[in-house]
Amino acid sequence: MFFWIIRRDLLLAMRRRSDVFTTLFFFVIVVSLFPLSVGPEMNMLRTMAPGVVWVAALLAAMLSLGRMFSNDYLDGTLEQMLLSPQSLSLLVLGKALAHWLVTGVPLVLMAPVLGIQYDLPAEALFVLTVSLLLGTPVLSLIGAIGAALTLGLRGGGVLVSLLVLPLYIPVLIFGSGAVEANMAGLGYDAHMSLLGAFLLVSLVFAPWAAAASLRVSME
Amino acid sequence: MAINWFKYSSPASFYSLAGKMIPIFVFLAVVLTIAGLYVGFFVAPTDFQQGEAYRIIFIHVPAAWMSMFLYVIMAVWAGIGLAFNTRLSSMMATAIAPTGAMFTFLALWTGALWGKPMWGTWWVWDARLTSELILLFLYIGFMSLQAAIDDPRRADKAGAIIALVGVVNIPIIYFSVQWWNTLHQGASVSLNQAPAMATTMLTGMMIMVFASWMYSIVVILKRVRVIILERESHTAWVAELRKKEAAR
Amino acid sequence: MLQGSDLVCVRGDRRLFKNVNFTLGAGGLMQVGGPNGSGKTSLLRMLCGLSNPALGEIQWCGTPIQSLGDEYYASMTYIGHLSGTKDDLTAIENLRISSALAGVEIDEPKAREALQHMGLASREHLPVKVLSQGQRRRVALARLLVCQTTLWILDEPLAALDVSAVKLIQQLLEQHLEQGGMVVMTTHQEIEITAASITQLQLA
Repeated sequence: MFFWIIRRDLLLAMRRRSDVFTTLFFFVIVVSLFPLSVGPEMNMLRTMAPGVVWVAALLAAMLSLGRMFSNDYLDGTLEQMLLSPQSLSLLVLGKALAHWLVTGVPLVLMAPVLGIQYDLPAEALFVLTVSLLLGTPVLSLIGAIGAALTLGLRGGGVLVSLLVLPLYIPVLIFGSGAVEANMAGLGYDAHMSLLGAFLLVSLVFAPWAAAASLRVSME
Repeated sequence: MAINWFKYSSPASFYSLAGKMIPIFVFLAVVLTIAGLYVGFFVAPTDFQQGEAYRIIFIHVPAAWMSMFLYVIMAVWAGIGLAFNTRLSSMMATAIAPTGAMFTFLALWTGALWGKPMWGTWWVWDARLTSELILLFLYIGFMSLQAAIDDPRRADKAGAIIALVGVVNIPIIYFSVQWWNTLHQGASVSLNQAPAMATTMLTGMMIMVFASWMYSIVVILKRVRVIILERESHTAWVAELRKKEAAR
Repeated sequence: MLQGSDLVCVRGDRRLFKNVNFTLGAGGLMQVGGPNGSGKTSLLRMLCGLSNPALGEIQWCGTPIQSLGDEYYASMTYIGHLSGTKDDLTAIENLRISSALAGVEIDEPKAREALQHMGLASREHLPVKVLSQGQRRRVALARLLVCQTTLWILDEPLAALDVSAVKLIQQLLEQHLEQGGMVVMTTHQEIEITAASITQLQLA
């Protein structure tokens, strides 16, 4: 069942590939705007890079949150999911995972390329990619709560950012912190373990909270 | 004396109870504020390091404390409302949010006013200031979500979920910001080495804390009464109340 | 057996209906009528557990549906006026996914057979967005053929259907009732169904 949901959402994404690319291009454009606004000074860009890439990833993930449930809501599929004899939390987990595969993974794959633009050393590129790999699923999971709560509301898109961005702060801090620590010649294990811990905690609690939110929003 | 507490969990009877309690708390709030400000501005000695500017802590510290207390209390009320489906608890949560946000804003603002003479800058990215700023964002998120939902019951429940998610996250956020701050310690000024405080300073501050509590209770009760009237406008008891008001 | 007692529905400040009582036994059909805005859809959404009544209780075989949860969902099929089909997927994919959601996994031949029965032969592999309103409705209703549930809750199942499809659905309903199933439905059309017991529930 869980796999049916993932398969379905991936299938839908494949039929509507433009949605995937919009998010990815948004990410690329935001990251490329920074050198244009602060100047091409390489030393400064190198110190800014982890923060810039991470903030752009946050914004890109958030941009696509609106779509997570709204299409299913509009065509009545969400009603069917709520009435499914399967656990709703599990379905939500499936949807969040599909969201991550469609929006998070392309960002992770693109990040090293963008890091090169900022002249990051090879090891920092690696750390950046791993931190995004651990952090972006958390963004999808926490985002699911926000998306579920703002379902069907006017101005839902902006509202989601108000609700979700403050909750993203720990991921942002430790994600970009890992890269900075590496560039400063320090260890980044602690950052990675904390990101992993955030991932585990949100895997357990976020689907459950998002399922409760969906029931509230659909009543 | 046996009081039937459950009686007051109905909005109608709470409305009149709150009406009776408000004058008492107004009195307490006024007396405590005057006493606290008197102690703070006239009795407490001038700080030998910080001069007169330190006196803003008589506003700043109570505001910062209230901002955190109120968020937790708001989340508790919202959670009770969600778990037991009690309308009044959810209304309490809705009523607390603006006051909490106000205190958060006040804490940030007075913090900036204090920071200028102390560190020569309005804002430093200190762990506490940053967490306070994020707390303001959480309040704003809660209020905007409730404002965007037309159906009051859905607004209550959705608000409760985001408040609870927020309250679980506050320690995580606080801890993250703290760590982030120590990582970048060179760039900021530490607030942690506050000089030992004179007893009168402490007294003045504590009186102001109590005054803030009383003020919060007054404003929250007043706001709950308004919310109750809005939500129950179609019921018989509100219609009767309206008749009484008109006759007066 | 589905039983509702003293149901009250409140939407915002307005009370849509109150004191709705009914009992629906095996082989029973309940037709919910009433003008637009009288709360027909709200009642159906309550009956399937999507929303809670402001007052009153709904019981399935003697137990409140809220405490039954998934067990109740496994014996009930709800088809609302939103068809619950995905525009970008084909009819077969839609049917397979929606029945998997309902806990019944079917293979492709079985899905094709059901769609053919609903008069969608040779259109199974078209994306649903190119189908007409009535054809999409048929795709949604095909779920009734594959999911072996006792209770069907149908919101305007006959809307947008042509004469032959209406006849098909009536047959399907009759067959279901004969086998001891139960149906709750709203419709504005006159229906000719012979069943052991037909109740009319009129919402003011």
